[in-house]
Amino acid sequence: MMRAANWRNPLLCFAACLLVLTALEVPAAAGAPVKRPAEAYVDPSAQYPVDVYDPWEGFNRGVYRLNYYLDYYLLLPAVDVYEFVVPTFARRGIHNFLRNLNEPRNFVNSLLQGRAEGCVNAVMRFTLNTSLGIGGLLDPATPAGYRRRDEDFGQTLGVWGMGPGPYLVLPMLGPSSLRDGSGLAADMAFYNWWTDMIIESASGSGKKRDLIRYGLFVQDAVDTRSALDFRYFETGSPFEYELVRFLYSKWREFEIRY
Amino acid sequence: MHKSILLMLVLLVPGTVPASGAAYDYPFVNAYEATVLGTPSIYMPPLPEEIPREDDMITIFPERRIPDLFWYSEGLRFSLVAQEKPAPLIFVVAGTGGDYRSGKVKLLQKAFYQAGFHVLSLSSPTHPNFIIHASATSIPGHVVEDSRDIYRVMQLAYGKVQERIVVTQFHITGYSLGAVHAAFVAQMDAREKVFGIQKVLMVNPPVNLYNSVDILDRMLTDNPASDSPEEARRFVDYFMTLFAETYERTQALTFEGDFLYEMYKTRPPEEEKLGVLIGVSFRFASRDLIFTADVMTKAGYVVPADRELSSVDSLTPYFKVLGQTGFTDYYSELFLPFFQDRYPGLTDPALREQMSLRGIEGFLRRNHNVGLLHNADDVIMAPGEIDYLKEVFGDRARIYPTGGHCGNMAHHEVLASIVGFFTDRGGRWEEIQ
Repeated sequence: MMRAANWRNPLLCFAACLLVLTALEVPAAAGAPVKRPAEAYVDPSAQYPVDVYDPWEGFNRGVYRLNYYLDYYLLLPAVDVYEFVVPTFARRGIHNFLRNLNEPRNFVNSLLQGRAEGCVNAVMRFTLNTSLGIGGLLDPATPAGYRRRDEDFGQTLGVWGMGPGPYLVLPMLGPSSLRDGSGLAADMAFYNWWTDMIIESASGSGKKRDLIRYGLFVQDAVDTRSALDFRYFETGSPFEYELVRFLYSKWREFEIRY
Repeated sequence: MHKSILLMLVLLVPGTVPASGAAYDYPFVNAYEATVLGTPSIYMPPLPEEIPREDDMITIFPERRIPDLFWYSEGLRFSLVAQEKPAPLIFVVAGTGGDYRSGKVKLLQKAFYQAGFHVLSLSSPTHPNFIIHASATSIPGHVVEDSRDIYRVMQLAYGKVQERIVVTQFHITGYSLGAVHAAFVAQMDAREKVFGIQKVLMVNPPVNLYNSVDILDRMLTDNPASDSPEEARRFVDYFMTLFAETYERTQALTFEGDFLYEMYKTRPPEEEKLGVLIGVSFRFASRDLIFTADVMTKAGYVVPADRELSSVDSLTPYFKVLGQTGFTDYYSELFLPFFQDRYPGLTDPALREQMSLRGIEGFLRRNHNVGLLHNADDVIMAPGEIDYLKEVFGDRARIYPTGGHCGNMAHHEVLASIVGFFTDRGGRWEEIQ
């Protein structure tokens, strides 16, 4: 028994290593000859539009697939229930409320990016929507000319000149990068910090605070998913991963530049 | 006297005059603009926002082993829009690379549903989902074989939804390549009489598939944007900048509806750039098609035949190789050898001829329930092909002066013609108001 386990384990390790290696190697390097080999058609030194720095591609593709399952078995059913149970106007209100809680983040990041109009915009939105908009349930700021403008810490780092780093697919959250993922962690810490202050001053109890915190988190996840039209593998393209990766990085470039 | 002269004139120039009296105010006179920008919403008729659309799935070949790479593709997908009461059913076949819920299919679903039809929509045989599950050869592009596959799918799909609807009669339509399929399917059905298809409407079909894909390939390859990765990046940047300018101007950001039109109003892109855009989008379709066909048949075209790809393998190198592979390359390097292998003695010209409407010209001429809707400036047509169609279809052709390739399908006048063709008893346009 012992012996069997002993030689089996290294074999398993070896198999695992092989698996990782095959995930990372250039496909055209292996296997039977093909009519149109990559060596003949791809210039390895050139930067193609589809190229995004993606050293963890095998892992990322794994998470991309995992996200499909999370989406299909968890998020989308939750969204379906939510949309069925909660009437549209209430969902609208919840959406506005949750977005309004992001205005402090937008303010801080506009400040860090040195964008004065962004700061003014965030302050005006937060005050108008919190007061006239009944705690953020309504959005009178938009018709008043203060449109929603999301600024996050990933963008701030980008504005400071930091590149995106390796592409990263986050579980549940989807396409990101090392920079944007770190930025997201910072934004979340900030969000927790200031909302905790408010919740604690209002309720005082730590247990209640955690409940509200989780409640907000789940609500945010469902609300965000509900607002997104995207469905995994709906493009039907075998290259969906490449397309999403390309669009994400272009989109972020755009957000940082403008 | 006057009336008869007028009538003579109308008869002399069959099809060139759109519906009498109605204004055809489609805005883009440039065919490339029309093809890319489509129809701005102010020119569209009112359509229902929500329709009872149900997605469904069938298995065509139960024995077929689906490669792991396509683990997410579980069966052939299609959709049904059902009326509550007995009604005629229209089959809709999507165009090249399009699936059963692409924008143009959804447009037709809404228009037909509004007019009281059931609608059963199918993906194009060139779409990966169809290649994986419903193509007998998994080497798409052969219009006869592909139409045979569609006909099989129609029977299975209808069989699956049969109990949910009461169908009074069957029609079929398609746009672009889907229009060619619709005609071939109708011709098969005229022989085999499974459905007894009554009316067939072809919207912007190519005449000769090879000619049209060659034109589409060239839109990309005749342009510097395809010369090097640097040029391609420059091309992407051009549209990024235009996108940003539009955002600055409108302060709104959405890919839906009129954003493209807003981009156009910001700064009309040069015709050459629009041509490349059409070429690029066609290449996206051909890339998916060729890759899927290669993996399904283990043809060893870009993926080694003995390589079993998994969901964590990078496909980016194949993406790049196929970025430099046109549909015509696929034709000569994979498609033609495959069919020559199957049908010894088959020549290249003979195969090209099979992929053409000329192969069923007699059927199209004879059958008075086959209608044609086209645009004189369609960018995928070779010289003389529009005239050929006019001659074959006679008064069953309605040719709009502008609209590019399918760009005007959502225009109120055009959509009214499409729907009118099916609602009208005779299936002829002169009887429609």
